[in-house]
Order: sequence, then C-alpha cells, then structure tokens
Amino acid sequence: MANYLKLIVLGVITLLALIAANYARDLAYLVNALTVAAAAGIAFLWVLRHTDEPVMPAPETQYMDGVVRAGVIATALWGVVGFLAGTFIAFQLAFPELNFEWAQGYMNFGRLRPLHTSAVIFAFGGNALIATSFYVVQRTSAARLWGGNLGWFVFWGYQLVIVLAATGYLLGATQSREYAEPEWYVDWWLTIVWVAYLAVFLGTIVKRKERHIYVANWFYLSFIITVAMLHIVNNLSIPVSIFGSKSVALFAGVQDAMTQWWYGHNAVGFFLTAGFLGMMYYFVPKQAERPVYSYKLSIIHFWALIFIYIWAGPHHLHYTALPDWASTLGMVFSVVLWMPSWGGMINGLMTLSGAWDKLRTDPVIRMMVISVGFYGMSTFEGPMMSIRAVNSLSHYTDWTIGHVHSGALGWNGMITFGALYFLVPRLWNRERLYSIRMVSWHFWLATIGIVLYAAAMWVTGIMEGLMWREVDANGFLVNSFADTVAAKFPMYVVRGLGGVLYLAGAIIMCYNLYMTVRRNPAVESSHSAVPAE
Amino acid sequence: METYSALRQFADSWALLALFIFFIGVVVWVFRPGASKTYKDPANIPFRHEDKPAPEKGDKTDEEPSDKDG
Repeated sequence: MANYLKLIVLGVITLLALIAANYARDLAYLVNALTVAAAAGIAFLWVLRHTDEPVMPAPETQYMDGVVRAGVIATALWGVVGFLAGTFIAFQLAFPELNFEWAQGYMNFGRLRPLHTSAVIFAFGGNALIATSFYVVQRTSAARLWGGNLGWFVFWGYQLVIVLAATGYLLGATQSREYAEPEWYVDWWLTIVWVAYLAVFLGTIVKRKERHIYVANWFYLSFIITVAMLHIVNNLSIPVSIFGSKSVALFAGVQDAMTQWWYGHNAVGFFLTAGFLGMMYYFVPKQAERPVYSYKLSIIHFWALIFIYIWAGPHHLHYTALPDWASTLGMVFSVVLWMPSWGGMINGLMTLSGAWDKLRTDPVIRMMVISVGFYGMSTFEGPMMSIRAVNSLSHYTDWTIGHVHSGALGWNGMITFGALYFLVPRLWNRERLYSIRMVSWHFWLATIGIVLYAAAMWVTGIMEGLMWREVDANGFLVNSFADTVAAKFPMYVVRGLGGVLYLAGAIIMCYNLYMTVRRNPAVESSHSAVPAE
Repeated sequence: METYSALRQFADSWALLALFIFFIGVVVWVFRPGASKTYKDPANIPFRHEDKPAPEKGDKTDEEPSDKDG
C-alpha cells in the first residue's frame, strides 16, 4: 500500500519539477529542475516495477551492508572527481591560460573552486561519513540498520544534493557563502535528507543490543545533529522567486559574516573533525586489533571537543567589524581546543602501543597513523594561526590554504583511505586486498603530495604576508598585489604537482579496490574466526 | 541594543559557569572510582559483532559470552 502513496508523491514531484523547469528564470534553475524531474521519474519507475511484487522481510539476523557498499563506491569515485577538480584549479592559478576562453563563465576558477571544495568535503567526505557511520553503528550496536530502505533514501537523496549543487555552481547558482554555496531549494532538500539520516542513525542506536553506546557513535551523532543545526541557521534566506535560483540571506553585515563563520568553522569542527574522529575510534582499533588506548580519554576528548569547538568561529573575523570581545573569545577557545585535539591524537596513536611492528608490515595502519599525525599537526597549526598577531600575517594568504589542505588531505583523506581499504574486503567478502604493494604506493604518493602541497603553501603564504606589509622609509607600501602574484608562481607549480601525486595515489586506490572485488575468490563463510577479544 | 547587552552579559556569566561546571562534572565522572573496570567492556565493543547482529534475547546462542548485558 505504501508504494501507491510513494508513486503519487513521486509523480507529483516529477510534474511540479517539469512545471518549474517551464517557468525557470535562469539556466541553473532550469537544469536543476530537469535533474529533479529525471530523478523523481526514475524513482517512480523503480517503485512502479516493485509494486505488488512479493516483498522479502528484512532479515534482522543480518547487517544491512548494501547501502554501505554503495557509499564506499561513491566515496572513491567522488574522491577522484574532487581531487581532479582541485588539481586542475591549482594549475589554473599557476597558468591562467587554463581558464579557457571558450569555457568562460562555466569552467573558470571562480566557478570550479566551489565545485572542488564541495566535491571533496561533501561528496567525498560526506559519503565516507554516511557509509562508515552506517557500518560502524550497526557493528557497535549489534543491530541491523533501522528504517529499512530509509538508508537507501539517505544515500540517493544525498547524491542528488551533490549533483544539484555541482551543476548549479557551474551555471552560476551560488549563495556565495563558503562551504554553503548551494541555493535555497538544494538546502531544503538536504534538510529532508539529513533528518532521514538522523532518524536512521538514532533509530539504530535506540534498538541497540549493546548496553553502552560506543564512543564512535557519540562522535557520529554529534556530527549529524550539529551539522543539521549549522545548516539550517546559516542557510536562512528568502528566495527571490519560487522559479529562480537566487535567494537573499536573512542576516546582513557583521551578523551575516559571524553566522557564516560560525557555520564555516563548525563545518570543519563537526563535519571534518567529529565525524572523522568517529571513524578513527572504530577503524584504528579494528585495524590494530586492540581496543582504544584509553576509553576514559576518549570520553573526555568527546565532551571537550564539542564544548569548545562551537566557540572558535570568530577567529576567521579578526580585524573586521566584529566586536573585539567576540574575536578574542574565538581566539581563546581556538587555543584551548589544542588540548582535547592532542588528547585525541595521543589516544589514537597510543592505541598502537605494543603493536608498533604493524607499522612496518601493514600499509593500511600506516595510513591511519599518518592521518592521526596530520590531525595533530593541523590542530596545532590552527590554534596558532587563530592568535590575532599571527593571523595578521597569515590571514588572506596561502598559508590558510596550506593549513586547510594538511588537515583535509592528511587527516580526512588518509583516514578515509584507510577505512576504504579496511571495508572493501569485508563488505565484498574477500580474503584480502588485491595488492598490498599498491597500498604502499598510494601511501607514499599521497604523503609526498601533501608535503609538497603544504610546504609550497607555507613558503608562498608567509612570503605573501610579508610582502603585503612591507613599507619603505616613507611609509609607502613596497609591493603591489601583482608583484606577490608573480613571486608565487614557482610555489604554485609545486602545489599543482603535489595535487597530481595525491590524485595518482587515489586512482591507484580505485584500481586496487576494484580488482579486490573482481579478482579475488570470495571467502566462503565470512570472518567469524576473528576472536572476540 | 538592550537585548544584546543582556544576552551578552548572561552568556559570559551564568551560561559560562553552567557549561564549565557541566564539563568539569563530566571529567570528574569519568575518573570516578571503578571507572577503569567499567570502561573495559565498552572499549571492546568493536570486536564483538563483526558479522551479524546479536541474537534476540530468547534464542540466544552461547557464542558471545560478553554480551550478557544486551
């Protein structure tokens, strides 16, 4: 019966989307409306073909891994897309001719840059978080995913968000809010998907068979709830027309800036940190085959992190119209944040104590360890850069970009690669990975890529900051902006090469994972030989 | 402007105090006597149900000695 209701809803959505496409006021809205119509139409056909067919009741004695498998594939593919976009725009900065004349207005740096950031953060990182959270919450709750096919709705709904956002950027639909660029209708849709995500995750925790909620789930849950809150507040806006992509933000002036950076920094804090710490607290112990170093420390890590992170946003607005007390508050909390971050890093690293030899033999654990190392490094660098005096040198320079990438490529990227290498053999019931040597290659390509990237950005960032503030004996500025751009050229090329290495590593990973699934014979019964303790 | 001042004053006095006390409370709670023993079991959760969910209470097989809490 529910299928008839679904068919009616999907049919109405298809019709409305086509009407919206007909009245569309701009190209981005037109394309997005047609995409929605196509997606709803395909879903309509899919539901239609399964209507009045016998349904198998979901076996409560098994985990729901189909959606995790889909998420793993999506993570790997979106990762390559995002890294490719990033490498391309890095070379666009070094060689402006790559802003092709024939693609002006679609593929120039300004249009591709949000495509890159959203692809790596939300498509690659977001899919990794959704897939691993579904995997981890089932294993640590000893219960099947709640909500049946709602998990699939979350997966496909999220892919639709990504496609709408990406095509919108290229065609010029943007709110110009960093990391929150998608326009109003994409925001509304993401809200629906996110509520479904929260329901699936929380539902599974509620029906758990373990008495205790494992610490990884606490991190995942804080990530889901906080991102919902951030997303709704930062995207409060009024559409100019229901048939157009343009909307006007509810806040103005410094309040608007503060809301944006409250969102922006907590996107880092809860999307890229809390969520990925959930991954760390499950996959590092699993790969090291020993429980986390200190469970007490993990609890303190959790509460300290969520209590402090939420206040750190104002450090993005030093020396602006923001009141001094607010920017001081942001700075102080950023510096205080250093402690829980390092507590978490030590907890992750010390999980390997007594098993350090695994670093030599297992490139997957090496990947996880270097990711935790980069977490420590960027959570040291970040508080330092948030200090007002340091910020006066570093802000608006490439140092910030280098900092972001040592965190994103090093911490988020590496822990995700580690998780993918862990998950694929288990999800597809394969005995082992296709090639351990390729994992080593991936590890070194990615690491050297990050080092080239970060080192180049340190040099160019500090150089740029110093050139901007250099004054001669009469108090006149010595350098024009164009002088700094010219001086940065070699570092931009090195940064691009770092990106090429990182991308090459990711492509090797995709091939390795694909061959793992295709080549190896399936394991007969899954790995129940793993000892319980 | 008045609302702003009032909220700001509340935020940097009572709200700050309440959050701080809650946080200290968590830290003290984590180090309560006997906590190390209590947390030994949760720390091992990832190693228990790798392949399939825990069985329902009635038809429990004795393969998982450690989930007597569930």
